[in-house]
Amino acid sequence: MTTDPARSRGHAATTFEQRARIGLQTPGLAAALGRAMDQRALQRVQAFAETDEPAMRAAGEAIRAHTVANLDRYLERFAEEAAERGTKVVFAETAAEAVGYVQQVLRDHGARLVAKTKSMVSEEIGLNPALASAGVEVIETDLGEYIVQLAHEAPAHITTPAVHKTRGQIRDLFNRVHGVELSDDPTELTRFARGVLREKFLAAEVGITGVNFAVAESGSLAIVTNEGNARMCASLPRVHIALMGMERIVPSFRELSLMLPLLTASAAGLGVTAYFTFVNGPRRPEEPDGPDEVHVVVIDNGRSAILGGEFHSILHCIRCGACLNVCPVFRQVGGHAYGAVYGGPIGAVLAPLLDGFEAAGDLPHASSLCIACTEVCPVNIPLHGHLRGLRREITRSRATRAERLAFAWWGCLWGGVRAYRWSARLARMGQWPLVRRRRIRRAPFPLSRWTSARDMPALARGSFRERWRRTEGRGK
Amino acid sequence: MQQSAEPKNPVTRPERVSLFVTCLVDLLFPEVAEATVLLLRDLGVVVDFPDAQTCCGQPAYNSGSPDHARHVARTLLDAFEGAGAVVSPSGSCAAMVRNHFPRLFGGTRDETRARDLAARTYELSGFLVDVLGIDRLAGSFPARVTYHDSCHGLRELNLSGQGRKLLAGIEGLELVEMARPEQCCGFGGTFSIRLPEMATAMADDKLEQASATGADVLVGGDAGCLMHLGGRASREGMRLQPMHLAVLLAEARGLMSPGAAR
Repeated sequence: MTTDPARSRGHAATTFEQRARIGLQTPGLAAALGRAMDQRALQRVQAFAETDEPAMRAAGEAIRAHTVANLDRYLERFAEEAAERGTKVVFAETAAEAVGYVQQVLRDHGARLVAKTKSMVSEEIGLNPALASAGVEVIETDLGEYIVQLAHEAPAHITTPAVHKTRGQIRDLFNRVHGVELSDDPTELTRFARGVLREKFLAAEVGITGVNFAVAESGSLAIVTNEGNARMCASLPRVHIALMGMERIVPSFRELSLMLPLLTASAAGLGVTAYFTFVNGPRRPEEPDGPDEVHVVVIDNGRSAILGGEFHSILHCIRCGACLNVCPVFRQVGGHAYGAVYGGPIGAVLAPLLDGFEAAGDLPHASSLCIACTEVCPVNIPLHGHLRGLRREITRSRATRAERLAFAWWGCLWGGVRAYRWSARLARMGQWPLVRRRRIRRAPFPLSRWTSARDMPALARGSFRERWRRTEGRGK
Repeated sequence: MQQSAEPKNPVTRPERVSLFVTCLVDLLFPEVAEATVLLLRDLGVVVDFPDAQTCCGQPAYNSGSPDHARHVARTLLDAFEGAGAVVSPSGSCAAMVRNHFPRLFGGTRDETRARDLAARTYELSGFLVDVLGIDRLAGSFPARVTYHDSCHGLRELNLSGQGRKLLAGIEGLELVEMARPEQCCGFGGTFSIRLPEMATAMADDKLEQASATGADVLVGGDAGCLMHLGGRASREGMRLQPMHLAVLLAEARGLMSPGAAR
């Protein structure tokens, strides 16, 4: 398998700054994202209003921490229980292995058409492009995901993949691709997509879904949707393949009863989503419907390397997208600027860990460290702390000479007050050609990075400490 | 994540504090420090200024260079050794000392000193309201004002009501809340230079909300945010005037004449 999801997304070739520029220059994008994000953030607050949010989150954190700390044990239990119920569980260490297994199953059944639900881990392993090049048609059945698939784009948000598209754009897209003449009425657009997808559900030989939680005690899969498409994908085709990141597990239904509402409240502002789909294995003889085969692919793809390390708690993430919805950086540009599978704060932490520092080393800096992400995380992951920690790791191995030098100089000068005072005096002398009416409007690099769009205040004629010395004597 | 909040019921009301000026205020906005001193004195507090302090190290710390940060931050440990309460006109720099110094110096010989300083460092509005117990400040400042909650004060020190409480008693001052006052303005320290276009877009977002209130003054408790927003407002020729809470209060109480700064 040659697909490198990181590279195919244009990682490494471009920087966050360059990709974000495209977003910033797209008319109406920030406004549309802002409206959607505000609505989501408000719905989240409302969903938790009647609950003891801190207690729920603390419990969620404890469950995730316990499960991830005992991941080997729970995965083993899950595999045993699932096998007992006729589900085939395979462990894939790499993206290539996971894709290879899916392709093998498709070949075994001679499948040409796959109906698929949204699954971020399928994005991670580059599944769709790989299947397409093998001549298999994959239809995304989540409405938002279907839209971005038609547009040949990656999802712009973990839970709302087409959040960056206006309904006018969606109308144009449908009309162009399907040769129809729809209006931009959401009901009409949805009804149309539903009609298209219904045919695909019925014709697909294989259904592929993601997994929100796998239940160790019973080998069950829990999948959350608002459109019921997971239920269709998991029950209409003869074969169901479920893809899950290896950390996506809960010990039992008891924990699930907290984790599901925590997820839906954080993701969609809902106590329950429209559909909770539980899969307990293939159809049993006495059951009227359901697939003949259920396969679960448990995907590592770099997660083991995170286990036990400083950034370990990022594996507690339940992919709700709440951190994206409150992120002031994300709301300006959306997920595509991150150039990675996961955008927003969670993506800025995960991408460097999964794709490497070379590919995504600039993402931890795509944050003002405003802490809004950490404030809403349902399982209390210290996202901003991880961003800072990753900056340290990345600085260690990849900082530019200029940056190293700048901080070394700064450390030398400001490590003592005498040099600090002198550096200020020198800077004050140096700034005079630039100052007009106490402001600097143009300055050479690197200060030009500030003055290109903002005025800079000139250094004050006398610093506070100089004034204090004059008026209060020599201080202490 | 709610971290250490300012204590609500101090045993004794400090009569003497040390000013942690912050590098930004020292070099670029000395009037903010002067206003802080005037305000504290006006409220009966004696203010010391230990000269050995330079910077809390946050730019390096947040950029991934904790060693350089520690080297610079140590000047604060030295400067404030043995002093009582330390007060700073910056939520971000106070939060750096209060919440991050223990970790930054963890495992070094300075850990105890760092913990000690962290426990007695306060942001100005938090100090006035939560430590001195001031519920209301008299004064006059006839203007329409909107309030920006700076991120680190808000989310690391639980500051948001304190500043508003201090403004509530000022005669002639009309506080009009903007939409999303708690959204980051895009300063973010070195972030504003690493990603200038992003930072500017975020400033424009904030300035748009602030302007929509019809306010004349955008007040906040962090000079960094105000420098960023003010720099953008001035470049765009906007009428909105950014102002530090300390300066506004000092002017409102007649301790400082308007525009006397610099």
